[in-house]
Parts: sequence; C-alpha cells; structure tokens
Amino acid sequence: MKFELRETPYWSARTNVASTMLQVLAALVPAALAHVWYFGPGLIFNLLVAAIFAVAGEAMMLRLRGRPVGAALGDYSALVAAVLLAFALPSLTPWWVTATGALFAVVVAKHLYGGLGFNIFNPAMAGYVVILVAFPMHLNLWVAPRMGDIDYQHLTFLQTLWFTLTGGLPDSATFDAISRATPLDVMKTGLNNMATVSEIRANPLMGDFGGRGWEWIGNFLAMGGFWLMIRGIIRWQIPAGVGLGLLVPAGIMWLVDPGNNPSPGFHLFAGASILCAFFIATDPVSAATSPRGRLVYGIGIGFLIFSIRTWGSYADGVAFAVLLMNMAVPAIDYVTRPHIVGHGRGSASDE
Amino acid sequence: MTAPTYDLGRLHGGLRLPGHKEASTREPILDVPIPAQLVLPIEQHVGQPAQPIVGVGDRVLKGQPVAEPDGEMGVPVHATSSGTVVAIEPWPVARHRGDKAPCIVIECDGLDEAFAGPEIVDYRVLEPADLLLRILDGGIVGLGGAVFPTAQKLMQARTCKTEFLLLNGVECEPYISCDDVLMRERPAEVLGGAQVLMHALQIETCFVVVESDKPEAVARLEEVLADLGDDRIVIKLVPTIYPSGGEDQLVQLVTNREVPSGGLPTDVGCVVQNVGTAAAVYDWVVRGEPLISRVTTVTGDGIANPTNVRSRLGTTIGDIVGRTGGYTDRAHHLIIGGPLTGKTVSTDEVPVVKATNCVLAVARSTYTRGQLPCIRCGDCADVCPVQLLPQQLFWHANADDEKKLRDFGLTDCIECGCCDLVCPSHIPLTASFRIAKGRIRELADEKARAERARQRFEARNERLERERRERDEELARQKETAKTAGPAAIAEILERRQRKHEDDAS
Repeated sequence: MKFELRETPYWSARTNVASTMLQVLAALVPAALAHVWYFGPGLIFNLLVAAIFAVAGEAMMLRLRGRPVGAALGDYSALVAAVLLAFALPSLTPWWVTATGALFAVVVAKHLYGGLGFNIFNPAMAGYVVILVAFPMHLNLWVAPRMGDIDYQHLTFLQTLWFTLTGGLPDSATFDAISRATPLDVMKTGLNNMATVSEIRANPLMGDFGGRGWEWIGNFLAMGGFWLMIRGIIRWQIPAGVGLGLLVPAGIMWLVDPGNNPSPGFHLFAGASILCAFFIATDPVSAATSPRGRLVYGIGIGFLIFSIRTWGSYADGVAFAVLLMNMAVPAIDYVTRPHIVGHGRGSASDE
Repeated sequence: MTAPTYDLGRLHGGLRLPGHKEASTREPILDVPIPAQLVLPIEQHVGQPAQPIVGVGDRVLKGQPVAEPDGEMGVPVHATSSGTVVAIEPWPVARHRGDKAPCIVIECDGLDEAFAGPEIVDYRVLEPADLLLRILDGGIVGLGGAVFPTAQKLMQARTCKTEFLLLNGVECEPYISCDDVLMRERPAEVLGGAQVLMHALQIETCFVVVESDKPEAVARLEEVLADLGDDRIVIKLVPTIYPSGGEDQLVQLVTNREVPSGGLPTDVGCVVQNVGTAAAVYDWVVRGEPLISRVTTVTGDGIANPTNVRSRLGTTIGDIVGRTGGYTDRAHHLIIGGPLTGKTVSTDEVPVVKATNCVLAVARSTYTRGQLPCIRCGDCADVCPVQLLPQQLFWHANADDEKKLRDFGLTDCIECGCCDLVCPSHIPLTASFRIAKGRIRELADEKARAERARQRFEARNERLERERRERDEELARQKETAKTAGPAAIAEILERRQRKHEDDAS
C-alpha cells in the first residue's frame, strides 16, 4: 500500500495567530466599555476609523507586495494595531487624524519593514507619534470624564459622530466647555507653576490615585491583562518590568520629595501606563523575546516613561519609551540568551 | 525492595500531551507468525553497515549471523528465522536519508530451525570485558529508537567513572506503548537484564525510570523486584511530560545533572539503557536468543485494531498490519516511530528493524491553514527542554548565519518537536533546524576539505621550492667546484696531453 510523505511532527497545532490576536481584542472589551462610559462614544468612532484604514492599508500593501491578501488579513494583527492606536487617542479625534496614524502604522511601520513579524517598531506607537508630530493640538482634546459631581458639557452620540467626521463642534459647545487637560497634563503644568502635588491633586479631575475615570479604565485594562496572562497569551515579564521600571524610581522620588513628585500610584493610574504594560509593550513582534530580555525591555520602557514624564516636555511618554526600547531589542535579545542546557551552570536560570 | 520515589531534578519546558496509548494497550502483545519472506537491512544500527557473510542460495537458521560488523562501530545481523537467502538487494526502508538500503532477503521455510549459538554460561562468572563481547555478538542495539550498539556504549562507559545505570521506561512520545506492555508482560526479563548490565558495568545502583501514566507496569516491576530482592535496583516515577524520555533529559530529571553540550551521559556518571534493550540483553546472555524480534506498537486512526505486536525483525509493516486486522480507510500517512520524531514512509513494504518501536497510520494531516511569519511570541522558548530560543534560531536559520546559529545553540537542539506543536504561526521549526544542522555539517566538511586542499597546495609549493633551492644549491656548488678545481684540472689535462704527445714522439 502507498502512503503520502510529509514532515514530522505530525500533530495539529493548538493555537494560531488569529486566535491570539482575537484574545487580545477580547481582553480590551471591558476597558473599551468603561472608556465609552466615562469619555463618551468617541472611542467607538475612533476604533471604526482606525480599523477601516488599517485594514485597507494592510490589504493595499499586501496586494502591492504580491502577497495573498485574505490569509494575512485573517490574522487580525492590523486590527489589533488599529485598536491600540484608537485607545491611545482622545475620544474626540477627527477621522483624518486617526486615519493618518492608522495608515502610517500599517503601511510604513509594519509593511515597509517586511510585514507581520518583521516590523522593528510597534506599529500603533509609530502611528501615535506621527499624530503627535503632525496634529499635536488634537491630542489635547480629552473630554472631561462623566462623573456625577463634575459638571461639564457632554456631547451626544450624534454630536460626537459629527465631530469625528468634520472636526467641528455644534454651535452650543466650545472646546473650552467640553475639553479638559489630562491628569498628567494637570500635574505637569501644576508642578511647572510651582504648585505642590497635594495642591494639584485637589483638582476635581484627580481620583484616588490617577485621574477620575482614568483609573477605572486602568483597572479594567489590568483585568484584561491578567486574563491574557492566565491564558498564556502574554507573559509576566514585560508587565512586571514596566511596573518596576516606572514605580521604583517614582517611589524613590516620591519618598524623597513628596511635595514635588506625584506618588507611584499616580504614575500607575494616570496616562497610558497600564495600557502600555499589558497591551502595547507586550506586542511580541517588536518586543524582546528571551524571558530575561523581556524583563529588561519592560524595565527600560517603564523607566523611560518615568523619565519623560518627570524631566521631558511631554506629559506622557509611553509612545517614545516603547519606540526607543524597540531599537534596543536586538542587543537585549543577544545579551540575555538563556542558559542552554548542557553549557554549564555559569549563567543564572532565567525564570 | 524500595518504594517508587519522586525526588527529581528540574527539566525546563516540555509538554503534557494526550497520550493516545489506551487503544494499543488494551490487549496483550500479539505474536505475529513468521512471514513467507524476511527482509533484513544490513544497517540497523548507528555506525558502519554490517557486511553480509552469506550468499544468495545459502540456507540460514534462526539466530545465525548473516552479516558481521565492519569496523569498530557496528553489530552483527542475525537471520530471524530459518530459510534460504534469495537476494541481497536494495529494498525500501525507513531512514532519514534515501529510501532504499541493501537488505538480505530470506525466503522462510517455516521450520524456524534454530542455529546453535555459543554455549550459555552464567554471566556472573564472566569477566565484564568478556560479557561485553558476548553482548556484541547478540546484535543488541538501543531499542528506544536510537539503535546505538549496546556493547560499544557499555565499553565507552567502562572507560569513565560511572555511578548510575538508568533503565529508560519513560515512553513519553504519544501513541507509543511498546515499552509499557513489555514492562507489564516481561518485568522479570527487564530487571534480569538490568542485573546483567550492572555486572557488565560493575555499577552498584540502577534506577528503573517509569512515567507516572504506567501504573500497571510499575506494579508488575515492583512485584518482580520484591521477589528478586535486589536492593541495588530502585524504581523511580517521573511525571508524564514529553520529552522527558530523551536520554539527556532523563539524566537531568533523575540526577539533576546536565549532560554537557556535545557530551554523553557518562560525562556525568550515568549510563542510560532502554528497558527493551535490557530485556534483549537478558534474552541473549541468559537464554541464548540473539536480537531477532521486538515489540512494536501498531496504532493510529488508520489502523483497524491498534495493538502491540511481537514480530521477527524483517517482517514487513504490511504483513504485520495485515495480521492485526488491516488499515482503516483513514490511513493516509504511514509513520515509522512516533508522531513527533518519526519519519513518514511511502510504502508499507519497509521491514520492521531493530529501531521500529512504533508504526503509526494516520489520517491526512490536519494542517489546513498556511504558515504565517513568526510573531516572536516565545511559546517555543517556553517549551524547549534544552532552553533554546527557537524563534531566534529560526530567524538565523533563514539568514543562514552560521555563527549566530552556533551562538544560539542549534547543535544542542534535540529535535523533539515541542516548538512546532505550540507555534501559533504553524512554522515547521524542527524541520528547518534539521536542514540548518545539515548545512552546518556540510559547511564544516567543505571547510575541512578546503583546509586539506590548502595544506596539500602549500606542501606542494614548499616541496617545489625546496627542490628548486636544492637544485640551485647543487648548481652553485658545481660552479664553485668548477671555479676552484677548474684551472688545476685544465692544467692536468694539458699536462697529460703533453705527456702523451711526448710519448708518441719518443
């Protein structure tokens, strides 16, 4: 009897890239709902715009590069980049801003470097930085969180959609009336104006640790992140590294001079720290890949975030921190190779 | 008697895989009758192929050597039943390079007449060195699948300071259950073999290592061990994790010692033998039956009645499957060995050889989605038992970067296939590492060849130069001689001529 030849191992793989990406998306759902609750429906439109342009850009690039379009779109990686970008943008963002970021992320940062698996830089963060450079004013349009006792004007669903499509506000609203600085902005401006941390934290935008609303989104992001960890989609090293790199220096500075340095809790729950630790820095393609390397990579990102927030001119530093550490990945991976069994016990175990 | 113990070393990674072993262990071992024709490859072991010592037309008996080892590394091949040699020709076999290999084909006469082998003596009175030679004559090789000649392995071990004999009953690869049923049905032979091996090695400690998913085998071994009352033998249980049955992994698991890269278990004081090998040693040394049969698992969803069979070596897979009840209509691939480390063959005319621990007939591969690029998720590094970074190795293998491949430990890869199993991008990592290893070997060979050529070229240049120099020196010496000796010689010639002239004149 005749049989067909094939390579071994003969076994069906238990996972695939698409399911990995889908689980990442699923882990973001609670945080997305919280985001919509606190900051209005803007995120939904941002998500849609980013997704449409990222997927269209991906399809276009695949076609130009002569690759099968269907299979590659089916891995959902462009969608994940789009969703992360949308999460990083203010809820009120005109479509062309989001589209620029999404297209840059997919076309330049991803496909010009060789597509899935070959991009050096985190696509979502590369797209974000382009927006930061090209449309800096749009990144300041954060609406106030919807809390019972904070009395600000909120846009309706249709008004938000209108803004996304045209960049214009209804006659009844002004930017001053609806938008507020982010907690990190408030902190930075306050400290620059010689206010003490406790004075700044008297601002009604401030919550228990970070900003009101923000810290709850942070909780939901962390929940999703831990779920991904339990599922084995991400590992503990990068989130732990980001936490260490950010909180240890923040803690030291805060203990030394609590008047001029916000607490580690503030650093953790303000801005995009948690999003970065669990979802952005953990993008496997652009992150370090050895177990110890991931810890080093995470610590580097955390420390850079802290540095940029403390001594830089930007309020938050997640995007720059991630992109800078992306550059260091090949070196990190080389110097943190694990001890190979049988090569002596010179190097410590890596787990 | 000692109770089974669990004190274990640390092993990185590995996978808990569904065993698929129930189907083949339900029934006792099925004895396959002697077929009409036996096909005996002369290369069934690591080392040089054995050389046939019989010709076409010769009558051979069961257990008679038909091919003798050639060179230091090798074992004899025995006729596995009586009959007539009808051909010595290439025949399809399962191996990693090439499809066919020279085989001795025997037409059986059905009498199964036995060859009178050497006289059986009590092994305990034999010198270890003599016992090793005897084991060599039995044609015994490692039956776990690696088929390293047992005698040579033991001889090498005798040159080292060894403390432990590990009997490998960790049959960690899914589907394979031949060692399990062997331990259940022939525990006395397994432990008896361990005693023979301990005498050969002059070792005082033997660990019989069995996976925790084989309680019945452990119970039978314990019973026999209690009867034997040999307190040098200890049964150890290890967790059911693939690939803890790999030789180096087993050593690490049981002794917490790492076999050095490129080294052998003997470097850390251990000798590992498969339980089947131990039983084969016992059968030969104590009972006088050389290695002419083995237990093979026949299973998979392409097999109608999965079971374990004992068949004479040289019986074709087709004959065996026919005896078990044939294939199902799902049989699409035929794998010799396990699903992870085995090799597919295109025909069931291949014979069962000393290495054939499992025959797996399976449905068409379930990979339907194509391969995607590596997303560096690192799942492969988590499961690698050698703690490599397969994702990095794959990158460097694609770039053909030999130095980086060495840095990242390509040569330490044991090709267990764990990384393939967890890869979300479905990249055939192990296959690519196999190819990269081959290329590195080729490159090294090429380098060695180039180096030899260079040395030859330089030697030739040197020789030519030396010869030229010598010629020049000779010439110069002659010139010099001519210079100093010349005038005198001329004077002498002139004088002689003058004298002659004068003589003529007078």
